[in-house]
Amino acid sequence: MSDYQTFEHDVLVIGAGGAGLRAAIAASAAGASVGLVCKSLLGKAHTVMAEGGIAAALANVDDRDSWRVHFADTMRGGQYLNNWRMAELHAKEAPDRVRELEAWGALFDRTADGRILQRNFGGHKYPRLAHVGDRTGLEMIRTLQDYGIHQGVDVHMECTVLELLTEGGRIAGAFAYDRERGRFRLFRCKAIVLATGGIGRAYSITSNSWEYTGDGQALAYRAGAALQDMEFVQFHPTGMIWPPSVRGILVTEGVRGEGGVLRNKDGRRFMFDDIPENYRSQTADNEEEGWRYTQGDKNARRPPELLTRDHVARCIVREVREGRGSPHGGVFLDISWIRERLPDAAKHIVRKLPSMYHQFKQLADIDITTTPMEVGPTTHYIMGGIRVDGDTQMSTVPGLFAAGECAAGLHGANRLGGNSLSDLLVFGKRAGDAAAQWACVHGAAAVDSGRIEEAGRCALAPFERSADAARGGPYQVQQELQVMMQDLVGIVRRESEMERALEGIDGLKVRARRVGVAGNREYNPGWHTALDLANLLTVSEAVARAALERKESRGGHFRDDYPEKDPAHGKVNIVIRKGEGGEMQLSREPIPEMPAELKRVIEEQR
Amino acid sequence: MPGSLGVATFRVWRGDGQGGALVDYETNVTPGMVVLDAVHQIQAEQANDLAVRWNCKAGRCGSCSAEVNGSPKLMCMTRLSELPLDKPVTVEPMRSFPPIKDLVADVSWNFRVKQRIKQFKPRTPDAPDGTWRMAQSDVDRVQEFRKCIECFLCQDVCHVLRDHHLHDEFVGPRFLVHVAALEMHPLDTEDRVEELRQAHGIGYCNITKCCTKVCPEHITITDNAIIPLKERVVDEFYDPLGRLLKVFSRSQGS
Repeated sequence: MSDYQTFEHDVLVIGAGGAGLRAAIAASAAGASVGLVCKSLLGKAHTVMAEGGIAAALANVDDRDSWRVHFADTMRGGQYLNNWRMAELHAKEAPDRVRELEAWGALFDRTADGRILQRNFGGHKYPRLAHVGDRTGLEMIRTLQDYGIHQGVDVHMECTVLELLTEGGRIAGAFAYDRERGRFRLFRCKAIVLATGGIGRAYSITSNSWEYTGDGQALAYRAGAALQDMEFVQFHPTGMIWPPSVRGILVTEGVRGEGGVLRNKDGRRFMFDDIPENYRSQTADNEEEGWRYTQGDKNARRPPELLTRDHVARCIVREVREGRGSPHGGVFLDISWIRERLPDAAKHIVRKLPSMYHQFKQLADIDITTTPMEVGPTTHYIMGGIRVDGDTQMSTVPGLFAAGECAAGLHGANRLGGNSLSDLLVFGKRAGDAAAQWACVHGAAAVDSGRIEEAGRCALAPFERSADAARGGPYQVQQELQVMMQDLVGIVRRESEMERALEGIDGLKVRARRVGVAGNREYNPGWHTALDLANLLTVSEAVARAALERKESRGGHFRDDYPEKDPAHGKVNIVIRKGEGGEMQLSREPIPEMPAELKRVIEEQR
Repeated sequence: MPGSLGVATFRVWRGDGQGGALVDYETNVTPGMVVLDAVHQIQAEQANDLAVRWNCKAGRCGSCSAEVNGSPKLMCMTRLSELPLDKPVTVEPMRSFPPIKDLVADVSWNFRVKQRIKQFKPRTPDAPDGTWRMAQSDVDRVQEFRKCIECFLCQDVCHVLRDHHLHDEFVGPRFLVHVAALEMHPLDTEDRVEELRQAHGIGYCNITKCCTKVCPEHITITDNAIIPLKERVVDEFYDPLGRLLKVFSRSQGS
């Protein structure tokens, strides 16, 4: 019999980044007793890394902006696979969520007349991102954290959820362990909000930390929830590539928003060479106009460096493959050139991009005010995730909600920069509200002690097996998976390679079940890594299967063997469920017809 | 190994609340490597259960604080090229906090301290739409404090906590910066001066500036946060005549 401590809450929120914190605050404000579980210390989740800003049509800088433009931009960026209801709610509610942060103490950069300043970003028609230099995520998470700790939320730091518990198909609780002592915890609750973020650790080159092992997606899938759009992984075009130890660390899109340009080894601004048809009317066709746009000229169109992330990433891959890359296999991102245009450019760059300046100075010995950076694509975000209802964020499992990166829908085939932080706020709040509401009208379900026993036994099994740190250990299995996903299910995909990846995943599943760990249960990262493998393998398989199924190229999903968009695929989401026999089942679910009013908004913004 | 710059020795503290010892590990050094990379390499290849906290690996989250060759550092931002590798590199947990395991220290005290500080309380909005107006020059000062990544290196190095263990009487530099950010926030209306003097123990700080020196975000903790707060305390509590004059001149002015 496994020992465990029991906690009871109305609502349990899993994950304490922007979405989880916002959900916990909302649920608590609605009168629910709330538990908040996070794998790291409070305030360390990936939200803290977000640099550019929060997209919201406040229209402080350009009064032509409105929810209608933001909605149309989001749908265009997502190649119309988005859940249009979520895109609508997001565009309408983001401004209030940003203003609310200010009321809770956030200090955004200001306009000349003292309002919240907004900056340009890829795919956004007008300057729309509320920001604080290039550390917006820190400002946001700290504001939510400092507000949230006074709202009566019980925080369980450094605690990892192993399984969700259901009874009669609805949520009854969660079974977890605390990292510090390795002891089990049972959370009994009426509703759960998953806010666990992404799957970046399935890839070898990633901007994500150890935490992003697809926990929410895999937990929900095992509990019977549907996933959707798992083929859409965003490779951010600009990650650091040199030195090797920093490979994958993000270089904010804000660099390009402030006038930074991409060049190949011949000094050519290659982004001008390939401007997609649906963006041509909004994109500058000469360098002069692009520069004027970044400096706030309302009559100028945006430079092609600020096209959507999927497109910019593929253009970089093309330059490198065709032999025009930088010495370490990327391209050059140059902000130092603005010396030609601005007096005091160095000071301006350090003020606008302080974190980038220090990051390159300290980690790569490069002064970005004088020298171009070398950059290349890095795994950054997954658009797909848990399939949810647009209004309530409830998954297909009653009582199970999801918000933020682990939920699917808002971003469709590709996410615009800045739409993530606003996503966390808008749908974190909605999920928290709906979960509290659910908990109010539904009693607690019973938990099955047999399931708890089984989950505890599985979690401790790696200690029963012999550990060989050098060869068959958890880190080696994880690393092999990462390299394989990067090579075979990366930016450019082919059927034969993805078939190989699926075979590889099968083999790694067998090895993961045999992994043994040394040491004891107290703060043992080897054990933690071994336990994370199952989730990583589940989401990797989901990504590969969905990517095989979508025989076209769209947004973040690019197929070498099907390089064009296919209109039939543009009408469906690929949905994944766990079959009766435990196998992964795929289906194509038609996207519901958009209401006439939203269609008109898209037409008027073309 | 490709690109190897040779082998270096890392002397890592292994242990828990009951005690521990430094253990030597040899590992390959490659270009651009930071201390955290070396610890991860050791963890993956030689000691799977070596406990270490980390997240962003870019100096943004403040998780991987430790003492490298005796200095409080973020392991992710400490490059091996800055260290003498002919000698072993010692890596220890932050010593001002109780050890949990290996490089992981129990920093939970910090989270409890923050909970005790009066939260932000804004003035009524300036505009009918519920928003405020603030000039960039008014927020610059507070934005400096809000850069804090809560790595707690300043708490680790503060002698009031490290040597005198006055955790019950003194909140430490991190939370004086936090109070400064609130007190100097252009919209805040709360008064925390009494707490600063009593519960937060600001008087214990004798401005040796050790905290400022170790701050990875280069926040001028002592000069910009602590000293102005000390001045507020002095104005309020130790200068009754000055206070009276201020009240008087205010009422004259109105």
